[in-house]
Order: sequence, then C-alpha cells, then structure tokens
Amino acid sequence: MNRAIKKYTVIGFRVERAGPLALLQDAGRFGVRRLGVTQGGPADLHGWAWANRLAGNPWGTAALEITFGGLTLVAERDLTLAVAGADLGATLDGKPLPRWERVSCREGQRLVFAAPANGLRAYLAVAGGFVAEPVLGSVACVVREGLGGFDGRGSKLCEGDRLRVGELSAGGASPNTAPDEARLDYRTTARLSLLPGAQVGDFTGQSLFQAFNATWHVDDRADRMGVRLTGPRLACRIGSLVSEGIGLGAVQVPPDGQPIALLNDRQTIGGYPRLGALTPLSASRLAQCLPGQEVHLVAVSGERALGEHRRFCASFTV
Amino acid sequence: MSGEGARLPRLESAGLDGWMVRLFERIEETNLAWITPLARRCEAALGDALVDLVPSYTTLLVVFDPLRLSSGEARCRLLELLGDLAPDEQTGGGEVRELPTWYDERVGPDLMRVAELTGLSVEAVIDCHAGTLYRVFALGFAPGFAFMGLLDARLEVPRLDTPRKRVPVNSVAIAGRQTAAYPAVTPGGWNLLGRTSARLFDRDRDGFSLLAVGDRVRFVPVDRETFEAEGGDPTPMEAGR
Repeated sequence: MNRAIKKYTVIGFRVERAGPLALLQDAGRFGVRRLGVTQGGPADLHGWAWANRLAGNPWGTAALEITFGGLTLVAERDLTLAVAGADLGATLDGKPLPRWERVSCREGQRLVFAAPANGLRAYLAVAGGFVAEPVLGSVACVVREGLGGFDGRGSKLCEGDRLRVGELSAGGASPNTAPDEARLDYRTTARLSLLPGAQVGDFTGQSLFQAFNATWHVDDRADRMGVRLTGPRLACRIGSLVSEGIGLGAVQVPPDGQPIALLNDRQTIGGYPRLGALTPLSASRLAQCLPGQEVHLVAVSGERALGEHRRFCASFTV
Repeated sequence: MSGEGARLPRLESAGLDGWMVRLFERIEETNLAWITPLARRCEAALGDALVDLVPSYTTLLVVFDPLRLSSGEARCRLLELLGDLAPDEQTGGGEVRELPTWYDERVGPDLMRVAELTGLSVEAVIDCHAGTLYRVFALGFAPGFAFMGLLDARLEVPRLDTPRKRVPVNSVAIAGRQTAAYPAVTPGGWNLLGRTSARLFDRDRDGFSLLAVGDRVRFVPVDRETFEAEGGDPTPMEAGR
C-alpha cells in the first residue's frame, strides 16, 4: 500500500534563486475543460511519476517541474527526496546528486539545478509531497491561466518563496532506485508514437509519406502549450475546421504546413486539421527535447498504444 | 471532408483516451439543443471513467480514463447513447451581454487587412461586426474564451497563416464565421479588429467567466475616451507581432 499524506504541513525549502521556470504540478486539472480551463500537470508524465514513486508518494502527489535549471533551493529541515527526468546538473552542497534514486537531504543543504545536460525538465519530489491550496480541484500551475501553484494564482517559483511540504504516515514500501529501462536518455532521436486521427485522410499522399518518414526538428517555439516541428511542408486539403476540442498530444497542422504537437497547457479548443494524437508517453518524451533535436513520427495502433500506457501506469499502482 | 463515414452523428478517434462525437457538419444555433443533452448523458453513462467533456459548435469531445475503459468499450457506450438521443428544447435562453469595444487600428491591427479581403471600407467592417447579435456556442481555447457566431457572411476571412505569439488581452477578433474576445494574453491566429473594456474572466466571480454557452452578445462601438474610462487598456500592439 502507498502511504497517505497527512494534512499537517511544514516549510521544506526556501528558494534562493528561482531560475527561468519551476512549477508545481500534480496530475492535472480535470473536469473543467468546458470553462476553457486547460489540463496542466507534468509535461513529462514519466519523469514526474518516477520522482514521486521513488520519494514514496502516492500517484497524483504534487512535485516540482524544473525547466532549464537555474534553481537553487535551501532545505529548511531534513528531507527525503528524489529527482527524475532531465539531467540539469543537479548538485547537493556541490556534490553531484544522483537521479532516479531516493536521496536524503539535511537541513541547511543547498540543492542546485544548473543547466540542461540531458533533457529539459527535471522533477523534484519530496517525501510527503509539496502542498498548496487547490484551485478548481488541482494545484497544477498554469502560468498563462493564472491558476494553481503555491499561491493559487499560477505563479512560477520566485526568489524568497518558502515551499510547504506534507508528512508521510509511517509504513509502506517503495523502491529506492529506478530500473535501468526507466532511466531514459533524452539525447537520442525520439520515436514518437502517433495514433492517426479523423483528418489524416485529408492530407495529400505525399504529405502523409513525409509525415511518417521525414526527420523532424524541434523548433525553438516550444513550451508547455505545444511544440512546433519543422521539416517538409505538409499539405492538407482542408485549411481549417470548425473549432473543436483538442486532446493531449494532438498534432495539428496550420496552413504553413509545420505540425504542432499540443501538450498539457494547450488551448482546450482549436480549428486546425490534425494528423492524430501522440500517446501520453510520446508527448512526455517530446517535452524533454531541446530545440534542434531530431524526432520521428511513427504511426501506431490503438491497441498497442493502450497496452504500453497500461503497462506504464501499472508500475505506479500498488 | 473525408470520404468514410459521411453519416452523422459519428465517432472519430481522438487518441488513446478520447472520442470525438461529430453531430453536425455546420454551425447552427439549433446544434446546442442536441450537444447539451448528450454531454449530460455522457456523464451518467461513463460515470467515474469520464475525465472531461469539451462541447463545441458541432462536436463533443469525450475524454475517458484509459485505465478503466478501452477505446472500444467507450465507443460501445457512446453509440448506445447516440441511438436514442433527443434534443433539449430548453437550451438556448441565455443572458444578453454588451461588450463595449474600441475599434481602431492601434488595437485592431487587422482592420485594414479585413477591409481589403472583404472589399468593404473600415467603417463598414465595424458596422457589420457591431450590427449582429451573436450567440455563445462554446467556451474554450482559454478560460472564459467564448466562441460566438454567426458572423455576417460578408466578414468571412480565414485565420492567419501563422498564429501570433501574443495577442493582447481583451482583443476582439474574427475568423471564418466566428467572433470572440481574448480574456487573457495567448497565442492566436484570428484577425484583430479592436479591444473591449469588459472583464471577461475573473477568478473571484461566480462561474469565473462573464459569458456562458447560450448567451447573446452585442459588441458596442465606443470611442477611446469611453473605452479608457471603463478600464480599457489602449496600449497599441507591438509592430510586427
């Protein structure tokens, strides 16, 4: 059994240097998309889930998503923590901090995330979880919408912030290290699984061939809303649709022919034709790519994608 | 449109955890009377396995938990619902809302482009946009972003080929047969005609959003003084954005 998190909270860290983008993320905000409120949650589900698992937290516990680095935290008490996802050159009091492992941290120690060495987003989970007041059912921080985060108003971490953490009840067991196959190397060319969607037949034959055979490059226009890919210009027989709901990982193609894969902070509705949708784990993998990295799109069946997703989730439910 | 399955309603794959229920081909005010009851019935039929619903003009995106339901199982339940779906004649009352709007090139950088594309004068574009009472068909894209229609056919212009990275808050815009006002700074590909002083999304207000599905909306042209007096921000668009 996973241990429960008590309501009693204490200050876990002080933010000495905030860096460009560090956000509190639980699993996301659900059931409110009809108000136009987006999903939020970790851009890389894999890294986030493993950080929590190694820290001994139940699924859905809030962790920090640290993009690029530039973050310095000072521990305000003894803590148990885990870092997963990208290698941002993390150190604890100047010594390299192992990723994908449970680590102990003493009061007064400095935890530094420097700069991307492998991947883009690191996840820091602390035993007991980071704690904030939920907004519309979630603490997921969506800066664009001004919702969630430690202040409830969508603020990224700022210098001087004091981060509250919960306490774990005794008992329970979780691994203190992740298996080799979970420790992803984000520098390799990503093969992104895509489930073809309803408009796939509206693209020209040549464009469909190119979509799944060309090498795509991650553009610098990439954030938590979506990642633009550059490559051959894809031609679709329909220019735009009546606006309709968009799921996580949807790959839309505006009239300029360059696809955009939509991630956690995407708009809830849009009107460009779509090739289909990346699987959740492929959307996560894309979120770890730096601008200029190469990716390939690979068409997969729904059955295969579901099997992969269920196997992944099964390793986090006890 | 695709050759396969031209019959409506139909279900289209929307990834591992979603089905797009396509009910209509075109935007009509009467569509709401079908989409609203379908959303209610999905809540009952999918129960805990339902994650989210995104209704729009002609569609309902149904998002479910893939750990509880496979696509095939979700499809069966949705097909069952669609089999005996009936319209809800109550849908579509709604409030009448007025959005004071300053139409000007400084805050509506696409006014000239729209005039050129439509062959109308700038004044005629403004009169035409402000002369219609619109219906809110859906909320989406951003919190409180209301999709409204139908725009006068004379004003029908396509979206920008490449969306702007930052559209200023409260921008009033058109694309296709739709119009909207941006409640927050977001990227956007619509044509900007002006700016409203209305507060569109307020997390301290009940329901968060000024506009709700079914509301009637009129854009009321105001001069810059009135716009600023009502709290409007006249900061011009940055050139080239």
